[in-house]
Amino acid sequence: MSLLTPEIARWIVDAAYILVAFLFISGLKKMSSPISARGGIVWAGVGMIIATLVTFIAPFSEHALPTQLATNFGLVIIAIVVGGSLAWWSGRRVAMTDMPQMIALYNGMGGGAAAAIAAVELYAGNAHSVVFSTLAVVGALIGAVSFSGSGIAFAKLQGLIKRSFRFRGQQVFNLALLLSVAMIGVALISGFHATATAVTAFFVVALVLGITMTVPIGGADMPVVISLYNALTGLAVAFEGLVLQNPAMIIAGTVVGSAGTLLTQLMAKAMNRSLGNVLFAGFGESSSAAGGPVTGSQKPIEASDAGVMMAFGQKVIIVPGYGLAVAQAQHKVWELAQLLQTRGVTVKFAIHPVAGRMPGHMNVLLAEAGVPYDLIADLEEINAEFETADVALIIGANDVVNPVARTDKGSPIYGMPILNADKANNVIVIKRGQGQGFSGIENGLFYLDNTRMLYGDAQGAVNQLIQAVKSVG
Amino acid sequence: MIDGFIAIYIFMLAAFTGYEVISRVPVILHTPLMSGSNFVHGIVLVGAMYALFHASSTLEQVIGFIGVVLAAGNAVGGYVVTERMLEMFKSSGQKKPAGGHHS
Repeated sequence: MSLLTPEIARWIVDAAYILVAFLFISGLKKMSSPISARGGIVWAGVGMIIATLVTFIAPFSEHALPTQLATNFGLVIIAIVVGGSLAWWSGRRVAMTDMPQMIALYNGMGGGAAAAIAAVELYAGNAHSVVFSTLAVVGALIGAVSFSGSGIAFAKLQGLIKRSFRFRGQQVFNLALLLSVAMIGVALISGFHATATAVTAFFVVALVLGITMTVPIGGADMPVVISLYNALTGLAVAFEGLVLQNPAMIIAGTVVGSAGTLLTQLMAKAMNRSLGNVLFAGFGESSSAAGGPVTGSQKPIEASDAGVMMAFGQKVIIVPGYGLAVAQAQHKVWELAQLLQTRGVTVKFAIHPVAGRMPGHMNVLLAEAGVPYDLIADLEEINAEFETADVALIIGANDVVNPVARTDKGSPIYGMPILNADKANNVIVIKRGQGQGFSGIENGLFYLDNTRMLYGDAQGAVNQLIQAVKSVG
Repeated sequence: MIDGFIAIYIFMLAAFTGYEVISRVPVILHTPLMSGSNFVHGIVLVGAMYALFHASSTLEQVIGFIGVVLAAGNAVGGYVVTERMLEMFKSSGQKKPAGGHHS
């Protein structure tokens, strides 16, 4: 390694990190348009590989090599192989419907890694100045909360935790935890009590805080929470980057921190929830399911009649919801749409921002079935078009088409932007039975004069519709 | 070396960059983009590697090892799921995958 002087090693590492920062930012930029998105992740991936490889050179940029470098080199390689292959294996197998919890899991791992970096620095007593130890401690707190919080989010969406745990004074309890972790943090920073025990206590309380913050939050709000933890992990990474004086970590972490914050706001807005509400209120489980001002009766329809109605229409707008994904009926729906298209019917898919488990999730599920993205319209684009549609076909969606959100001030979803499916000439709702939806709120749409109910599971009902359209000939 | 005000400048400019880069993202890409940004903070791997390289006691090595395992999981898992999602996006007029035109 005589050619690799510390100066040359330093130069290679620094130059490579500039390239890495460029690749990450342009990758993210590309990912914000559907045309270039695929290339975006590849660019960012190349950046990650360069960053990882060049970091193996980084220890040689120091005049005194780390004491156990040979052993640690081996450990690093083993750890990358173990973590990488487990993640590769799980990421390849996960079903598209389970994507949100998988993102939560990987995100939590990142937060845990940021906390681990801080732990090594704190246990070793490396952070000498007040500024650096403050950054290390704050990053550690955020990372640890993101780690355990994301773990809970994963467990909830995966169905491992079925209910939300709430008790009297929970917020006071969380505040007390936050205060105590802050006090231990200050003690660590001031250096008076920076013992190994204090460091351990700090991480234990931080991890518990992540758990108690997340357990009361209901399943419907989980996307916002995952997005928030994603932003937090970015921030934790940026802080640890400042501690380690690593520009790639500072830039990538900060970019994710701010982009993630914006994304969290967009999601919360789409769900008509404020972030404070999500974190401290705890709707999202079933709230008071009062009957409300909904009157009338649900009118059933046979699949054959519904098929005829669509086959002879000019325009059909399909509104898919999570129920469609659960029934794995995306492919069948696309088959139905293509069948209608060959008859000259204009078919569009209307996606509410929170259809699926998180914003954009339904688009992924439809894309998986082969639906081209230019047939998929979001709320602002499509809402004016419902009035000109002959049929709005609602499959497994409920709250996002509930007109009660416009009229009933007492309803928990009042004010939420909805798809104006009720404005279509005819509305066909595919639904399992007469029960209420995910949130337990009665749906006014089901009782309108122009609405017909097609009872059955999404897969079976769509299959019947396909047969019905085919038999029209 | 980066410290003091230079670090704060980098932090501030990167924060604006992150905000601007995704400010006009369509809703259909929210999930893949969240996943993509989740992948990008997998750069924590670099820091975890640094920490483990410099570990001098068994305790530090154990924590550092866990850190690298978690970080590698974040980076690799984040990439795999993002790539799988984005792979599926295509437009109806798209026969040549290289084409950037959609009808």
